[in-house]
Amino acid sequence: MKGQGILKGLGVTLKHLIDTYLEDIKAGKDRYYTEEGVRQRMTSDTKGIFTVNYPEERLPLAEAFRFVPFLVYDEEDGEQIVRCTACGICSKVCPSQCIWITRAEDPETGKPLKTPAEFAIDIDLCMNCGYCAEYCPFDAIKMDHDFELAGYERMEANIHLKDRLLKPASYYAEIRPLNYALEQKAKAELAERKAARRAKVD
Amino acid sequence: MSEQTAVINKINQSIINRFPDWVREDEREGYEGLLVEAAHLIPFMEVLRDEFGYDSLTSVTGVDYLPEEKMEVVYHLYKSTGGSILVVKVQVPRSSPVIPSLVGLYPGAAFQEREAWDLLGIRFEGHPNLKRILMWEGFEGHPLRKDWVEAFFEGEFKPYEDRWPEGKVSKIETDKPLGKNINYPEGFNPETWIPDAKELLFQGTVSLKTEDDDPGLETEHLVVNLGPQHPSTHGVFRMVAKLEGETVVDLEPVMGYLHRNHEKIGERNTFSMNMPYTDRLDYFCSMSNNFGYALSVEKLLGEKYQPPERAQYIRVIMAELTRILNHFMAIGFFLNDLGAYFTPALYAIKERELILDIFEAVSGSRMMCNYFRFGGVVRDLPEGIEEHIRKMVYERLPRQIDEMDRYLVDNEIVVSRCQGVGVLTPEQAIAYSAAGPVLRASGVPYDIRRADPYGIYDRFDFDVAVRYHGDVYDRFLIKYDEVRQSIRILQQAIDGLPGGEILANKPAYKFRMPKGESYGRVEGPKGELGFYIVSDGTNNPWRYHVRAPSFINLTGLREMSLGEKIADLVAILGSIDIVLGEVDR
Ligand code: SF4
Ligand code: SF4
Repeated sequence: MKGQGILKGLGVTLKHLIDTYLEDIKAGKDRYYTEEGVRQRMTSDTKGIFTVNYPEERLPLAEAFRFVPFLVYDEEDGEQIVRCTACGICSKVCPSQCIWITRAEDPETGKPLKTPAEFAIDIDLCMNCGYCAEYCPFDAIKMDHDFELAGYERMEANIHLKDRLLKPASYYAEIRPLNYALEQKAKAELAERKAARRAKVD
Repeated sequence: MSEQTAVINKINQSIINRFPDWVREDEREGYEGLLVEAAHLIPFMEVLRDEFGYDSLTSVTGVDYLPEEKMEVVYHLYKSTGGSILVVKVQVPRSSPVIPSLVGLYPGAAFQEREAWDLLGIRFEGHPNLKRILMWEGFEGHPLRKDWVEAFFEGEFKPYEDRWPEGKVSKIETDKPLGKNINYPEGFNPETWIPDAKELLFQGTVSLKTEDDDPGLETEHLVVNLGPQHPSTHGVFRMVAKLEGETVVDLEPVMGYLHRNHEKIGERNTFSMNMPYTDRLDYFCSMSNNFGYALSVEKLLGEKYQPPERAQYIRVIMAELTRILNHFMAIGFFLNDLGAYFTPALYAIKERELILDIFEAVSGSRMMCNYFRFGGVVRDLPEGIEEHIRKMVYERLPRQIDEMDRYLVDNEIVVSRCQGVGVLTPEQAIAYSAAGPVLRASGVPYDIRRADPYGIYDRFDFDVAVRYHGDVYDRFLIKYDEVRQSIRILQQAIDGLPGGEILANKPAYKFRMPKGESYGRVEGPKGELGFYIVSDGTNNPWRYHVRAPSFINLTGLREMSLGEKIADLVAILGSIDIVLGEVDR
């Protein structure tokens, strides 16, 4: 019969519509503007309406989520200890070549120091690939979760300098708890091995 | 591997025996295939096609060997009945690079030869329409030549020296203002140039002449430009259609609006830097793009960098999920083009989003995954993802593809708009180098996963989807078939997923690539996605070429459209499923 195909299709649309209301009744108030509600919409048996009302509702970010990188510093007695040693590896692997590093110099001898005097990332160029964080041997540069970087101007606002880039290790631990724990564990093991070796030598 | 090499050697030898005077083996270190004299190219290829069965010319590209003052054209051919690739090369002096065109034998070479002319300046004698394809007509020079430099040129190779240890940040456009570093042909000024006649507006596209009409009646055909900005062209893309009433009598696609010379960027990059750039080709399918690039580089790197088992399985899972999301999107937006405005597309997007959640969790990004590395993948599956994938492939996706099927496949309007429209016969599909769903919907059951398996695809049980009418409707339906087969593969892969390492011998941030060439190809969602790489033994590829399936599938667009109504053009284009990021590169 002509028209059967059309009716069948309309049935599918109708089902989607009804599903939305059925889900509303089932989940009650929790369906919208709550984290559980958003998470429910991300499961494999979600039904009905699917859209997320950004910015009131937000999709939870995966731990691995990566956006423009930042530099990590540790805090010891209220002092910032920048992890970066200005080795330059990140600026060499960066595909879009958007990292500029000035290595610090000893003001008296002129010898290079293991810390950056200036560190700049042009976020207009950064393609969020994550290579810098992946290849940094000192866990000094990490990918961020903060993606709301819109601004009114780009020549200055979109070049992130050292002050802007530096964030505490506690922030890193907050956005990437699993990775952070793994790294801390590896570091502790390394320190232990070193200590053991030293004890042997002595 | 060695077994395969032995087979290839045997084939090569039998071809050389047939043409001892015209052909010799390419004996450069790390190279494969046959070198043919330019003068004998046409008769040689004719015999290859008609006697040896190499009926599909899948890729044509050039390499500029500047130090040797040579230009080389590289052909990759395969048999549509299966088997590995045959590589044929022709060398000509760089000062006068002229090579006979193969369009007469393989019409599928048409766009690729134009591309090689456009970007490398290799002239193909006898090409019916040899003009630029990606660059515009007033462009000066051939950008892929090794001695050509781009507008914001900073250095021959990355990494650039001035980033460390004395890096001073600045925006390149303040250092090198645009306009001061661009060359134009003599006498051309972009500020004052105005196209002065209607002919010029369509210059280089279809001719307005009415040769075959009644001589007593002076008429002109109507020429309609669909695009470059048109909601149904899926990006910035133009079709110039010449009409007789409502019937299309000639058509030419115009592209290149999104051209950024991906390949030139790739040759400035180091090998590993290219991985995130491949994400940006077909930006729906970054995982498949990664796969193809990783394969071709691993071929060069050798045995030591073969990915471990677990990584092989993860690769297959990601590639098949990509195929599913691509086909859902293709179905949704194709229906959009037909006028089922956005409801089907939204249902398709829903499934895609759920798959993108998986990609975000494993790779850190929804679309620009940059997930594959030479020798494996970068990150293991995080907790809970395996379970999520399992639920998706066993419960949700089979259910949803059935729902999509019920939704509009039998819809009388869809059927009457699609059936019998835009037909490509099997012979034409092969001749036009069509690949992927376009080829298989025309009745040629060619799927690289089966015909020339890569990774671990030889272990899975699946059918090659094929349909026989070659019309828009079959190109639409075959996507359903392929999704169902992908679900089958995924179910086996997720059940068989072993534990263990995910990355073998990751190369350091800087490494030297062994000398040689390689061509790695995968069955991407849109067709054969190939990467041709030449390494001169340094950190950066000497040549990096992408065989882009949706670009080459467009070669057959004119053939599909002739004689159809103008309103069907939108459906025909939608059924090919193009992404301009890949077409224009
Ligand atoms: S961030 Fe890491 S890789 Fe980059 S210079 Fe500092 S220590 Fe080296
Ligand atoms: S994320 Fe990639 S592009 Fe961005 S700074 Fe790091 S290496 Fe460079």
